[in-house]
Amino acid sequence: MTVVLDPTAGKVGSSIETAPRPATIEGLTIGLLDISKPRGDRFLDRLEQRLTEAGATVKRYAKPTFTKPAPVDLRHEIATNCDAVIEALAD
Amino acid sequence: MAGSPPSAAPVLPDGLVAVVKRDCPTCVLVAPVLDELAARGAALTVYTQDDLAFPLTAVPVADDTNLAVSWHHGIETVPTLIRVKDGSEVERTVGWSRSHWEALAHVEGLGAGLPEMRPGCGSLSLDPDLADVLAVRFSGSVLRGRRIELAALEDEMEATFDRGWTDGLPVVPPTEARVLRMLAGTSRDPADIVAVVPPDLTAVTVEQVAINAVLAGCRPEYLPVVLAAVEAACTEEFNIHGLLATTYFSGPIVVVNGPIAQRIGMNSTNNVLGQGNRANLTIGRALQLVVANLGGGRPGRLGRPGIDMALMGAPGKIGCAFAEREADSPFEPLAVERGLAPGVDAVTLFAGHGPTAIVDQLSRSPESVTRSIAAALRAHGHPKLALGFDAMLVVGPEHGRLLREAGWDKVRFRAELDELLMMDVDDIVQGVDGIDEGMPASMAGRRVPKFRPGGLQIVHAGGDAGLFSAILGGWVGGAKGSTPVTHPVTDIPSTVPSPPGGPA
Repeated sequence: MTVVLDPTAGKVGSSIETAPRPATIEGLTIGLLDISKPRGDRFLDRLEQRLTEAGATVKRYAKPTFTKPAPVDLRHEIATNCDAVIEALAD
Repeated sequence: MAGSPPSAAPVLPDGLVAVVKRDCPTCVLVAPVLDELAARGAALTVYTQDDLAFPLTAVPVADDTNLAVSWHHGIETVPTLIRVKDGSEVERTVGWSRSHWEALAHVEGLGAGLPEMRPGCGSLSLDPDLADVLAVRFSGSVLRGRRIELAALEDEMEATFDRGWTDGLPVVPPTEARVLRMLAGTSRDPADIVAVVPPDLTAVTVEQVAINAVLAGCRPEYLPVVLAAVEAACTEEFNIHGLLATTYFSGPIVVVNGPIAQRIGMNSTNNVLGQGNRANLTIGRALQLVVANLGGGRPGRLGRPGIDMALMGAPGKIGCAFAEREADSPFEPLAVERGLAPGVDAVTLFAGHGPTAIVDQLSRSPESVTRSIAAALRAHGHPKLALGFDAMLVVGPEHGRLLREAGWDKVRFRAELDELLMMDVDDIVQGVDGIDEGMPASMAGRRVPKFRPGGLQIVHAGGDAGLFSAILGGWVGGAKGSTPVTHPVTDIPSTVPSPPGGPA
């Protein structure tokens, strides 16, 4: 029998529960997060148009760079001001 | 999780204590002296390390064949004679010396007929074949990691694959003995926090890094370099999280400067970026295993995406480290250019991959070879893109000689390159040459450098023959991606074991 030391951090994979889905988007504030990839704005412009037509208020946000996680302050601002958020990856 | 508690140090009985082994001629020589001491009324305890039939008549032999007394009381030589009072050691002498033994035992005229002195033998507790086992047996509290028992019928190599601990190549099973031996490579406390490793943001200890250095195949003397590399990689500037998650090709490249490179046998010459050198290959691999096993940054496999989203990746992502060839370099070493004092051991982390060859076999002047190198660099990433992607230029020694013999140092070489790397945006704007890719029209009319300021690293490495240099292509540079980071290599113990056979 060989005894070895665990080379991992010993974390067991966990699943993250998604937030409840809103029944309607009418009257909600929806955040659109641009991760700053080229042409992501085109996709988000179209989404903003569609969401506004459906009666939502849209707030636009952008990460400083797509190569790093969104700053804590930005995540907090979105969580505070929005009912839901859509994050777009594009190239 | 706590390891097994250390075995308590056995308390020595008061009076005189001798530690001997039958295998030692000096111990056998002094056996009559031990009898003599007992006969003259000394409270004497004799521990034997190997043979309970050690030839004594006047005193019983005490058993230290498990070496607990020897290990805990730091016996390095046999015979060792110790005087103990109230359970504490007062003084000791090693080997046979009549005057020392007489002084310690407070008697005179010991060992008539024996020579004045005779050196002892090595203690069995220091036997290289036993030292690791004893360290595990008696110092269990040093290691805090979770113990995992592999079943008797489980193949050790297969077990490490089954548990997801490998990068696709076999790893060395991290037994307690191997991890303890690895930890001897640094003077840092095993419980020290080295860095917070993305993407899981795990605060990792020296011990956890050492475990992964064992997996990677490192020798203990590499550990300070691995620790420095982990520290440098896990900085905000280097951004290993983004480097890991990108669809781009790059991974962390570790460039080592300073005397440690030669001392631990790193390669800076022939095949410097290739196979064959244990230090080069395992140091970079240890860093990547830390990111995967402790940071949770594993690549996807067989169609299942992981945190590593690389479209293709690059062979060097299994681990890439090399030493700069400093001895006959035309340049000051990379770490010195980046602010450390000459002679300081250091790592520089660069987000890159490669190499891409630069061929120039006809240039015989620094001007000509520099133009060749600049032409190759202008194509880096895309000939019509500038300012986006960093690069590391590895100047081969035969190209470097043209610079050195003309008296070009790094400042001069950079100045010449900077001019040659200026590009007219009108020549490379989107749509030009029938290619949609290129610089945006909004920048038309401007003249821009191929690389952002600080976006081109230059080092000297490779063998003696071959009129080539190389580009290690870099990822997005600067605050938007990764900035190279240089860290000193520290906490090297004064008694670092040397590699077998000396430096390669």
